[in-house]
Amino acid sequence: MDYEIVIGLEIHTELKTNSKIFCGCSTKFGSEQNTNVCPVCLGLPGVLPVINEKVVEFAIKAGVALNCEILPFSKFDRKNYYYPDLPKNFQTSQYDLPIAVNGHLDIEVNGETKRINITRIHMEEDAGKLVHSGATISSSDSALVDYNRTGVPLLEIVSEPDIRSAEEARAYLEKVKAILEYLDVSDCKMEEGSLRCDANISLRPHGQAALGTKAEIKNLNSFRSVQRGIEYEVIRQEEILDDGGRVIQETRTWDENKGITASMRSKEQAHDYRYLPEPDLVPIVVDPARVAEIRANLPELPDARRQRLMNNYGLSEYDAGIITSSKAVADYFDQSVQNNGDAKVVANWLMGEVSKHLNSEGITILDCPVSPKQLTELLTLIEKGTISNKIAKTVFEEMWTSRKDAEVIVKEKGLVQISDSSEIVAIVESVIAANPRSVADFKAGKDKAIGFLVGQIMKQTKGRANPDMVNTLLRERL
Amino acid sequence: MKITCKDVANVALLSRLEFSESELETFTGQMDAILEYADVLNKLNVDNVQPTAHVLPLRNVMRADEAKPSLSRELALSNAPEQEDGYFKVPKIMEG
Ligand SMILES: [Zn+2]
Repeated sequence: MDYEIVIGLEIHTELKTNSKIFCGCSTKFGSEQNTNVCPVCLGLPGVLPVINEKVVEFAIKAGVALNCEILPFSKFDRKNYYYPDLPKNFQTSQYDLPIAVNGHLDIEVNGETKRINITRIHMEEDAGKLVHSGATISSSDSALVDYNRTGVPLLEIVSEPDIRSAEEARAYLEKVKAILEYLDVSDCKMEEGSLRCDANISLRPHGQAALGTKAEIKNLNSFRSVQRGIEYEVIRQEEILDDGGRVIQETRTWDENKGITASMRSKEQAHDYRYLPEPDLVPIVVDPARVAEIRANLPELPDARRQRLMNNYGLSEYDAGIITSSKAVADYFDQSVQNNGDAKVVANWLMGEVSKHLNSEGITILDCPVSPKQLTELLTLIEKGTISNKIAKTVFEEMWTSRKDAEVIVKEKGLVQISDSSEIVAIVESVIAANPRSVADFKAGKDKAIGFLVGQIMKQTKGRANPDMVNTLLRERL
Repeated sequence: MKITCKDVANVALLSRLEFSESELETFTGQMDAILEYADVLNKLNVDNVQPTAHVLPLRNVMRADEAKPSLSRELALSNAPEQEDGYFKVPKIMEG
């Protein structure tokens, strides 16, 4: 049977603050275990948490950028559950009065725009990290806990079940990530866990209004696993329903290596978080004037930047969309263009050679060994005719590994383009003389034969001959 | 009876407490009496009253985003029943 797929995403993002949400401990990633902890984040008796004002500001920023309504009165609650990564046995979160509600985000999938509604955004604290002493969690007879991450500020962004495919889920997550990066409120490093995603997935026959039973998939820690995890879960549920079975409402975890979702039985027991208002934190009242001020000072967001690239530089919607989907790439683009780079050429290089090299090394543009200035210098050499486009790719390769400037490499390796017509004429004539067969073929109407002759000339000049001149001079002599 | 032994057993489970049969009965009786006593509140008309978010008349108590020194690890771990390599050590976690 053909089912409609219904997905809602819960995105957790760590905020880029210096200190934790309720205490002054550092939020630095990668510190030695249990060195960024204090009585407040360890939940020792008698301590008094105090909210970090930056967390509230970042939450309002994210709320406004995601088209939410900012609640004028918001409060914290205790969410009770027992797990060793939670030293207090409750997580300080927001329950019925979150900071932001009723937002939405428009995404593009297959050339169509679709609106995903956002239920709410709330502030909460992150939990600690468990390190297992055995090979796996179930074979260990004990676990080790690092509480450095406990109390790192999080925003949880909850979507309505408006997402209808794994592709849409990915597009939505990518867009939320881009917006958070543009706002500069989170590093959004999925590999470091500063952006995480859970998906609620259910199926229902087309046309049925009631939602089917959902499973919650956790541990979707990369764009790839979001897509794969959802695709797997959809097939799993389809098979159950087709066999006349019923889906069990449960939490499942995505296993990236095995490529499957598996039930987390320990969490199957009905959740009973027994939320209660947090007596140690007083409510937050947000003045509408403050929201208006934050709205007025929002930085340029991905959609606006994409439009600007299209309007100012004539980039296609597709190209502008790719470049602006990451703030770092868009910044690299802008810096290159400001260095007098031709916008369209810069765009082609960014999406071509640069991204090819980044992908093959698995790094982001922030770690690109070729700076925007260096790239522009390389492009200037092409524009001036010093090197051909083809040689430029070789030079780029060399820049990537040696980190030298383009001009230095061109000089050192003798890659300057030959644009001296007498020099080219001599080579053209020798190649014509050496290949009477191809010359005859060409004259007999086989236009392709000229390609072979051009190839020979390029071979003799190690690709340095000006291709336009080679073509003209060769045709003149045939 | 407003609550049953089953309710108390469930709360005990959620709180990771283990009670004997006789304890369950005792606590059920006691908790029932407490709830009965508090039940008087249900007679009040609160139709036009906002739920209380906090008993103090304070709002927006916040701190600047400044990192301060944390505890030394030795001190942080000093109350831990068990520790290993600078970590808190806890019993096996059941996970399926
Ligand atoms: Zn702390």
